[in-house]
Amino acid sequence: MPQKKECIAMLLAGGQGSRLGVLTKNIAKPAVPYGGKYRIIDFPLSNCVNSGIYTVGVLTQYQPLELNDYIGNGQPWDLDRMSGGVHILSPYQQINATEWYKGTANAIYQNINFIDRYDPEYVLILSGDHIYKMDYSKMLAYHKEKQADCTIATLEVPWEEASRFGLMILNEYGSIAEFEEKPENPRSNKASMGVYTFTWNKLRQYLLEDERDRNSSNDFGKDLIPRMHMRKERLFGYPFDGYWKDVGTIDSLWEANLDLLNPKVNLNLNDESWRVFSHGPEAPPHYISADAKVQNSLVSEGCLVEGTVDFSVLFPNVKVEKGAVIRDSIVMPNTVIKTGAVVQYAIVAENAAVEENAVIGERPEDMKNLEEWGVAVVGPGVTVGRGAKVPPMAMIDNDIKGEDR
Amino acid sequence: MRGNNILGLIYSNAYDSALHELTNLRTMGSVPFCGRYRLIDFALSNMVNSGIQKVGVITKSNYRSLMDHLGTGKPWDLSRKREGLFILPPFSSASSGGVYRCRIEAIQGSLGFLARSNEEYVVMCDCNVVCNLDFEKLYAAHDKTGADITIAYKRGTVPNLDDVMAFTMDESGRITEAALNRNTQKDTDYSLNIFVMRKSLLERLIAEASSLHMNDFERDIVQRNIGNLKIFGYETTGYAGTLDCLQSYYDISMELLDGRNRGALFAPERPVYTKTRDDMPVIYGLGSQARNSLVADGCVIDGEAENCILFRGVRVGKGAKVKNSIIMQDTFIGDGAELNCVITDKGAVIKPRKTLMGAPNFPVFVGKGIVI
Repeated sequence: MPQKKECIAMLLAGGQGSRLGVLTKNIAKPAVPYGGKYRIIDFPLSNCVNSGIYTVGVLTQYQPLELNDYIGNGQPWDLDRMSGGVHILSPYQQINATEWYKGTANAIYQNINFIDRYDPEYVLILSGDHIYKMDYSKMLAYHKEKQADCTIATLEVPWEEASRFGLMILNEYGSIAEFEEKPENPRSNKASMGVYTFTWNKLRQYLLEDERDRNSSNDFGKDLIPRMHMRKERLFGYPFDGYWKDVGTIDSLWEANLDLLNPKVNLNLNDESWRVFSHGPEAPPHYISADAKVQNSLVSEGCLVEGTVDFSVLFPNVKVEKGAVIRDSIVMPNTVIKTGAVVQYAIVAENAAVEENAVIGERPEDMKNLEEWGVAVVGPGVTVGRGAKVPPMAMIDNDIKGEDR
Repeated sequence: MRGNNILGLIYSNAYDSALHELTNLRTMGSVPFCGRYRLIDFALSNMVNSGIQKVGVITKSNYRSLMDHLGTGKPWDLSRKREGLFILPPFSSASSGGVYRCRIEAIQGSLGFLARSNEEYVVMCDCNVVCNLDFEKLYAAHDKTGADITIAYKRGTVPNLDDVMAFTMDESGRITEAALNRNTQKDTDYSLNIFVMRKSLLERLIAEASSLHMNDFERDIVQRNIGNLKIFGYETTGYAGTLDCLQSYYDISMELLDGRNRGALFAPERPVYTKTRDDMPVIYGLGSQARNSLVADGCVIDGEAENCILFRGVRVGKGAKVKNSIIMQDTFIGDGAELNCVITDKGAVIKPRKTLMGAPNFPVFVGKGIVI
């Protein structure tokens, strides 16, 4: 048997992230590139090691190949451990039945044996969908102090946006009085971040019960936690104060990337005491040519920039040819933007090519009807031909033929 | 048989004194180079990319920074149960004095390591040569000519180092003369000090030389055996820069601003590996301006940089102007400071509005951690 651990983390990474469209056609959402050299999953994984949690189960289901390959033995996050470390947990054949992960709670239920091997006191449930830096050890201390059965991390969101979130109304001492799921008239602005700490023996008991309930959708937020609440278990809200963003949609992914360029946003990735670790390609420093103009942007190693880049994020090994312009955009690894091409308000996925004089996206100020404006997306490996135009809000999955030479 | 039957041997201290400004506190192997590397990365990556599974790194002095950089050898995929990376510090016994003085003594101190290795061949190199060379091709040439020793050479101006061999070869490529310290500006075939030979031959030559109290590898082993052994040259046509002084460090670094040289040194199919630092990508602020520069991760640029190599974690303050300079990791350049033709070592601090000017043929050097 492995060594006993006080706390282990289970990271739900099976989601498809269907709202990200072509970006998650071949990869799971947690593997989506973010912030120039990271992938979304780097954030919860780095949070774990920075919080002293060295046993992490990563539950995968949808398109796991790239994610499995990326995580490998966990070495980039210091999660290659003698005991514990990172483990990829996919659904597997069992004696009675073989099932996919039906819901978040069911995914954990199917891995009760994995958790039991470490005999933990506490289990942290995380998701691979969010960008944030959080010290889970503080949340765990809070959970212990309150002698809670379940602690839910909460974030104060702006009141006008509160109705988009699952909200909690807290009592004076931090215990949860009521839940409200995306209410029209919110009575609280404390939103759930999808980060839970459970006392394991309690969670275990509820997982078994939830599984027996045929009417349950086996979801933490919809079934298991409401049931705990109904039974008057000790549920607490842990106040988190910092940057947190769900990158579930094209707009939020685009915004979250550009947040890194906003000095007012509290997300410093250069903090040596809280490194965000990642597994990158081996590339030399990036090169900015004598004709290039780069401003207010994030540029990664291996890039070759000869054109203009303004308020944009370039991932490793991106090539921007002379006379190409990139504005307010995200360009993922190994993509080439050729001479005269313009990329604006767009996300161009990895290994894509934007040929000469092609135009991707549109600036909102140039739109007649703002209703039709949105971030344009070019999928992975797609070639946008010479002079072709990709309208705003479009999502391109196949090559676009260009003009003949 | 595992791997390709070749053992790698790297001298991390060779020619330390040539770059004394940078090697005062470290080995030649751990001298920072090209934004995110240390010189030994090129030698190690060449070996690993050539399928070599076992590499010994011979150290002599000031090797703490080298140990720190190499660790278990993981970044080069050399952290193994079998084979992998071996660090060979000076070996002191009753009969030898410990710290060696020359290449022959250095290998002598590592004879135990050689004896315990099963590989049939040895490739040896130094760290002051920056190149991307396929040792498998070197070995193939060695095998084809039936040479006893094959030495890689390059055509060009002989570097200003002690005991650099300049070769004269016959039509078959066999070396007929190895002149030392040839003082000429003419193009010459000079040694890159990359050798391949049978391990057993190396062991025999070292044993012979040390029994005769000989201590000069070039003079007492190569020159003396030109008639007895088949010593062949192998021409390298790709990029290869030999660092022989601070000026050449500056010139060779600046050569990499040319895409052709960079393309040859950083061929995508033969990547150069190094220890990662997990810095974030470079942030270019509003009003920043970078031109013809190489910039590594972790930099924050709010000022101007032109014809520069900026290492990891460099800060260029608002209104600062940095030109024709090599700025090593974590150097802080304050607002409004002006630098031209400067090399700063790791962690230097240039306070706001200070001015430092060198010339292209006389770069100003600012030592490690110095505050100006």
